[in-house]
Amino acid sequence: NMAVQSDVEPFLHFEVHRNWLAITHSLPVSSWYHENTSEWTLDYPPLFAWFEFGLSKVAQHFDKNMLLVENLNYASPETVMFQRLSVIFTDLVFIFAVRECSRCVQVQKVSRDILDQPSFVLSVLLLWNFGLFVVDHIHFQYNGFLFGFLLLSVAKHLQSEHLQGALLFSILLNLKHIYLYVAPAYGVYLLRDYCFTRDVKDGSIGWRSFSLLRLLVLGGIVVSVFTLSVGPFLVMGQLPQVLSRLFPFKRGLCHAYWAPNIWALYNILDKVLVVLGVRLKLLQEAELPRASMTGGLVQEFQHSVLPSISPATTLFCTLLSILPAVVSIWRRPRGARGFLRCLLLCALGSFMFGWHVHEKAVLLVILPLSILAVESREDAGIFLLLSTTGHYSLFPLLHTPAELLIKVCLMLMFTTFSFTALRRLHRGKGSLLRPLEVFYLLGLVAVAIACEVVFPLSPWKHRLPFLPLLVTSVYCSVGVCYSFLRLYLSLWRSDCKAKQGGVKS
Amino acid sequence: MQTWSLVSICVLLGVVVRWGVSLNSYSGAQKPPMFGDYEAQRHWQEVTYNLPVQEWYFNNTDNDLNYWGLDYPPLTAYHSWICAYIAKIINPEWVELHRSRGYESPAHKLFMRTTVLVADVLIYIPAVVLYCLYLADGSSKKKVSTLFCFLLYPGLILIDHGHFQYNGVSLGFALWGVLALGLGWDALGSMAFSLALNYKQMELYHALPFFCYLLGKCVKDGLMGRGLFLLVRIAATVLATFALCWLPFLSDPSQALQVVRRIFPVGRGLFEDKVANTWCSLNTLIKIRSILSGDFQLYLSFALTILAVLPSSIRLLTKPTFWNFKLALVNSSLAFFLFSYQVHEKSILLVALPICLLLNDLPFTSAWFLQASTFSMLPLFLKDGLLVPYAVTSAAFLLLSICLLSVLDHCSEEEMELCTYKKLLFCHPKMDLACIVRWKFYISIAAMAGLSILSVALEPPRHLPDLFPVLVSTIAFLHFLGTFIHFNILQFSKLPSRKRQKKNN
Repeated sequence: NMAVQSDVEPFLHFEVHRNWLAITHSLPVSSWYHENTSEWTLDYPPLFAWFEFGLSKVAQHFDKNMLLVENLNYASPETVMFQRLSVIFTDLVFIFAVRECSRCVQVQKVSRDILDQPSFVLSVLLLWNFGLFVVDHIHFQYNGFLFGFLLLSVAKHLQSEHLQGALLFSILLNLKHIYLYVAPAYGVYLLRDYCFTRDVKDGSIGWRSFSLLRLLVLGGIVVSVFTLSVGPFLVMGQLPQVLSRLFPFKRGLCHAYWAPNIWALYNILDKVLVVLGVRLKLLQEAELPRASMTGGLVQEFQHSVLPSISPATTLFCTLLSILPAVVSIWRRPRGARGFLRCLLLCALGSFMFGWHVHEKAVLLVILPLSILAVESREDAGIFLLLSTTGHYSLFPLLHTPAELLIKVCLMLMFTTFSFTALRRLHRGKGSLLRPLEVFYLLGLVAVAIACEVVFPLSPWKHRLPFLPLLVTSVYCSVGVCYSFLRLYLSLWRSDCKAKQGGVKS
Repeated sequence: MQTWSLVSICVLLGVVVRWGVSLNSYSGAQKPPMFGDYEAQRHWQEVTYNLPVQEWYFNNTDNDLNYWGLDYPPLTAYHSWICAYIAKIINPEWVELHRSRGYESPAHKLFMRTTVLVADVLIYIPAVVLYCLYLADGSSKKKVSTLFCFLLYPGLILIDHGHFQYNGVSLGFALWGVLALGLGWDALGSMAFSLALNYKQMELYHALPFFCYLLGKCVKDGLMGRGLFLLVRIAATVLATFALCWLPFLSDPSQALQVVRRIFPVGRGLFEDKVANTWCSLNTLIKIRSILSGDFQLYLSFALTILAVLPSSIRLLTKPTFWNFKLALVNSSLAFFLFSYQVHEKSILLVALPICLLLNDLPFTSAWFLQASTFSMLPLFLKDGLLVPYAVTSAAFLLLSICLLSVLDHCSEEEMELCTYKKLLFCHPKMDLACIVRWKFYISIAAMAGLSILSVALEPPRHLPDLFPVLVSTIAFLHFLGTFIHFNILQFSKLPSRKRQKKNN
């Protein structure tokens, strides 16, 4: 992993993490979640705060000044070097997790060519994942470290080490609470598959095989991790403050750049209806709430024609979208791979319907999907579509001219590799993508050229600066929604197959 | 996997690494009044765009030759003119006469870096790809591995895209020349090489092998028939190319003479700065610069260079095979580097190119030399603030050569032609020379890495301020001398019969 040392201005997340290093190092534990000198307050769970505390112990050898809370936007070369090295170093967790996942994938014995081995292809797809590289090393976050935990937990489940998997996931939840998105999958699967020791062939629950001991052990692990992490704050009576920091619902439905989920399509539908309504004289333009599309930096979003969306609505929609998957796992657990599919659907469902979703969250689906992609042809097709669309939706994160070439080349590299490697792995059974999907992906290229090359040189650059973001987000949401439906279809199909065969896959 | 997808991934990676290095500092950044090579190139754009052709190489009020006067042949000047034309369209301030001196801005840096990348992508990279695919033998896997290492050779990337130069153009043209000669198109090859010569006069290092190979080929074809026809064709092509390049300067003999005077300055000393050749290294023991007179130094270096170049040239003249040609390129450029007058450390790139051509046939020796050549330029990189790119690219190249080319597997006795050494040094026949050579490799890599770290971490003692550059150049000199002797022996040794069948074409 080569960090790109650029001379562009320091990134937002860079300052965020520097601030957290300062807070955890200089202040006592009791004021960690009360501190608000900087606008980037601590909004990750306590275990991550302890992680930053550990990092700060090393940081003081690089540059003591970065650990002063008052030094806002401090970015000396040593600070930058330390932060970049810390991401690279913690990526070791990710590399270890990738190794574990590769070992869970079946070995291909026919050919001696390394490019024919699913485990090799999986390793490259995970290690060289464009989205992760961009977000972690060009932007700045610790996602590699966190995804390492997630993938390791999945690998443990694939290896039938359920307790270790549960432990790793509990730790992960206390490192970043966004993984609550996939907690239902874990909960239901572990309850159903681990606590009920006997598996009845026709899928009905053998209530008598319920093992209280296993449930207690599982519960014990989860509770102890949570106690370790949140316990000190509970004792100090700071729990409400911590929760309010972790779940800030004051932000808008979409953030500045609409993540390619259902609400992007909802927003654009609203806009289209407004324009149509005004044209057809059905609506009075003066009566409509002032649309602040011109700035392109919307935080609050008031819909004009369609009803406005509240956080409760999004929660309801999310739960509704993941319900079928969770119920299917409860009724007929198809082993660890069925669990993985359910996890993907929970993650994608939450991405599609969640409140204030960031487009980075699509990586939560793409990375675990790689495991299924190297094994099954249908999943490979979904992976190609979703990964290309999801990665392209990350393009607006790198908007300076200096980064244009890097993101285009890296994206091309990853796309070329994933297409050729997966096609080779699943050769002989027809093409991986349907013609409509190929057409959509070619359209993606056209959108890319239009937004990156044509638009900056066109006269609309100043009048409609948000247009490329809008087009990217709407075009990608179509792809993401389609992948969501296809993933559900594959779940339903495997459900039918399991019903017919009555076999655990 | 299809070769073309692997090749495109290689090329994209090469472009990404080049652009990543580009984002770092350049030579003379923010160092008035003279700045560095970057400012020199920008100044040439200013001069060629604003002044008429007749004044480019002359000293007058508008063109101060003491401030980075043009000292490369006309093709460089035309290239600068084209870049200036584009610069003028984007921002005229960049090439304004007199007023743009020392102009530095992020946008301008982006522009300059783009010109280097475009030149590389148009001229150098296609030549490398075609050479690796068509003139290197072995399986397609081996060809792609060679392509990887060839494209990711750190020295050229760091000098062209870090320090800032256009070596990719001249080396690219020379490579096209080699490619054409390898495919049997002699006239085209000589035209390409003439273009290279007209871009940078340093390509004269490669001129002798081209001359001897083509002359030898003509002689072999019979001087009274096809040979003579070929000779006339080649001579005509070369003269026509030179005439075309020098056209604006041929109207007035004083013009042409002034250009020659600018590109061959004999007023300077035997060497400048610390460079890893004989004279500089000798200077540490005996201060020859002060002992011998200026004229005598000139004659001495001339004599020794001729002496060093003679054996390989005569061998090539008598046996004009492509294999001998490649070896002669190495020997001739290395001889010039080691013994010539006013050699710059960057001239090692002229040796590195022919060595890269041998990556396929002699992976161990070539990779070792390439590593040493990058190391020899360390003081220059430190001066330019390119430590991190240097460390990362060198480490990556070492890793790639060990893993992809399996260089350590290729250091067996026959592959390194060690039988000649055994005879020369009267070694015991049972002595494992290959093992000794492998250990020398490990020690050398450790020494290079160690010295790199020391140069950065430690301050040199007060009475020896140039300790580290001198150590670096001395160690590099020992490597280069060893390579020179080894390749000369190779040129004269008999190849094992199966290799001989492949090489004789």
